[in-house]
Amino acid sequence: MKTSIRNVYLLPYVVWIGIFVVAPILLIVYYSFFDIEGKWTLSNYKMFFTPIYLKMAASSVWYALLVTFFSLLIAYPAAYALTKTKHKQLWLLFLILPTWVNLLLKVYAFLGIFGTYGLANAILAAVGIGPKQILFTDFSFVFVSVYIFIPFMLLPIFNALEELNPSLVDAARDLGASAWTTFRRVVFPLTLDGVKAGCQAVFIPSLSLFMITRLIAGNRVITLGTAIEEHFLVTQNWGMGSTIAVFLIIAMAAVVAVTGNRKRG
Amino acid sequence: MEKEAIIRFERVTKIYDGQVVLDDISFDIERGKFYTLLGPSGCGKTTILRLIAGFTEPTEGTIYFHGKPVNHIPANKRQVNTVFQDYALFPHLNVFENVAFGLRIKKKKQAEIREKVMEALRFVNLEGYENRSVQEMSGGQRQRVAIARAIVNEPEVLLLDEPLSALDLKLRTEMQYELRELQRRLGITFIFVTHDQEEALAMSDQIFVLNKGKIQQSGTPKEIYDEPVNRFVADFIGESNILRGVMLKDYLVEFAGKRFMCVDKGFRPNEPVDVVIRPEDLQITTRAQGKLQVRVDSQLFRGVHYELCCYDEDGNEWLVHSTKKAEVGEEIGLYFDPEAIHVMRISEEDGEKIDEN
Repeated sequence: MKTSIRNVYLLPYVVWIGIFVVAPILLIVYYSFFDIEGKWTLSNYKMFFTPIYLKMAASSVWYALLVTFFSLLIAYPAAYALTKTKHKQLWLLFLILPTWVNLLLKVYAFLGIFGTYGLANAILAAVGIGPKQILFTDFSFVFVSVYIFIPFMLLPIFNALEELNPSLVDAARDLGASAWTTFRRVVFPLTLDGVKAGCQAVFIPSLSLFMITRLIAGNRVITLGTAIEEHFLVTQNWGMGSTIAVFLIIAMAAVVAVTGNRKRG
Repeated sequence: MEKEAIIRFERVTKIYDGQVVLDDISFDIERGKFYTLLGPSGCGKTTILRLIAGFTEPTEGTIYFHGKPVNHIPANKRQVNTVFQDYALFPHLNVFENVAFGLRIKKKKQAEIREKVMEALRFVNLEGYENRSVQEMSGGQRQRVAIARAIVNEPEVLLLDEPLSALDLKLRTEMQYELRELQRRLGITFIFVTHDQEEALAMSDQIFVLNKGKIQQSGTPKEIYDEPVNRFVADFIGESNILRGVMLKDYLVEFAGKRFMCVDKGFRPNEPVDVVIRPEDLQITTRAQGKLQVRVDSQLFRGVHYELCCYDEDGNEWLVHSTKKAEVGEEIGLYFDPEAIHVMRISEEDGEKIDEN
């Protein structure tokens, strides 16, 4: 009786998931077995294992790793510093604030900043380095992506640090640990769950980036995300686009499986 | 045993956010004794512990270790270890690794670590638990792990921050015996923080009674109990009847509208004083034989004795612990020896209400 009531409550969610998550995934898998003419085929999968697509996949993973790495590098110390400040909720709000601005707006803003006559080049010129090509480089792509993703890395790490019992830090110090050792042996291991959650939240979406890639990196960076966009919107090869999408889904599932085995403490 | 002060506080003041937590405190801690810092919450006892451990620095004054000032020496460079109130065991490490933590930091050899950890676990009766997760241990067991983790480093001073407060009564009493025994076996100095006066009386060599950032009294449990220096101490340590009185001359005190012989002297003639009589020093007798005549207002059976609440004609409340039973509403007499009366000077603090515990 009780379980049936609970099932009723679950129904809207199940319907939602069914229509907007499960069905599209099945459709993608279905389409991945058809070629551009609409004939059933395995050629898309064969195609994926050719050097062009493998290289693309490798570069997607590489850029996603770079973005995740730099986000973590910046977000962890920031979150740590944040927990030590007096008005941490306010500071946290300031750091989260950029997520309230539309993604496209932010990316366009960077087009202005990094452009030939933009702020960045003006500063470079002023210090005598002279104007450089910033836009459409690996650097600008990673920079903007990191900027976009930092809040998603910061929040789970901040929460993990907040949950950390401060007397554990005292205990480590009491037992002779320096500040660095305390961090390495107590603080970091105990906030690893937050780090994992943050890495997932950054790595997975950055695997399939296409808008930032297009706008900031131009043709310099070609990832699986841009390839899917290309196949669906330009060459109209839905089959190949779906095949790439299938591999992305597999890659994401793998990431979740590897980082997701959380033990609750 | 040499009378060397391991730790000395010299006029130490600590101010947190403009609030004086410790007010000009000085004391010495000697080697090999069991000290207790006793007081109500917010009296500054935990702050003293944190100052000794090195988690915080004094605002004014100096702390000495073996005669050397250590104000700016961080916690990890001090020869003291702490047992925390919530034990602060590392949840990602098992029992063995928790205890080994300090030794690993000192880069001891694996074999030595193993030997010392096992010895420490044996010391606290936790043999065979080394591979357990600390999460799956009971409160009492965690407590022991916390103690083992501290003593394995062979500190000169062990700091214990209300370590028994989270345990149930029976376990707490058991741990009191164990801690006292442990201190004797190790021979190191224990500084124990508690708000539980019974715990303090039972375990300590020396008690510091603290209130409002000041040491009210220091002494052996017996001194503190029998000769409290002021109303606060008398009230905080055990139950007592405290009355205003006048010291007419040496050995003669007046309170509750009557004059009594006592054993106290050295007061000014007619000096106003506080008078303490412990409830167990009052004996029930007939009205005629009693030094005080009271009416029984209520009675509770406390196991080892009855606790009677009585009032005299002036409306003073008298708490009596007696093995004899009385009837509620009965008029009885209370008898006591001159030695039962303890006369105290009225300190400046006593102008205020004493109801903060």
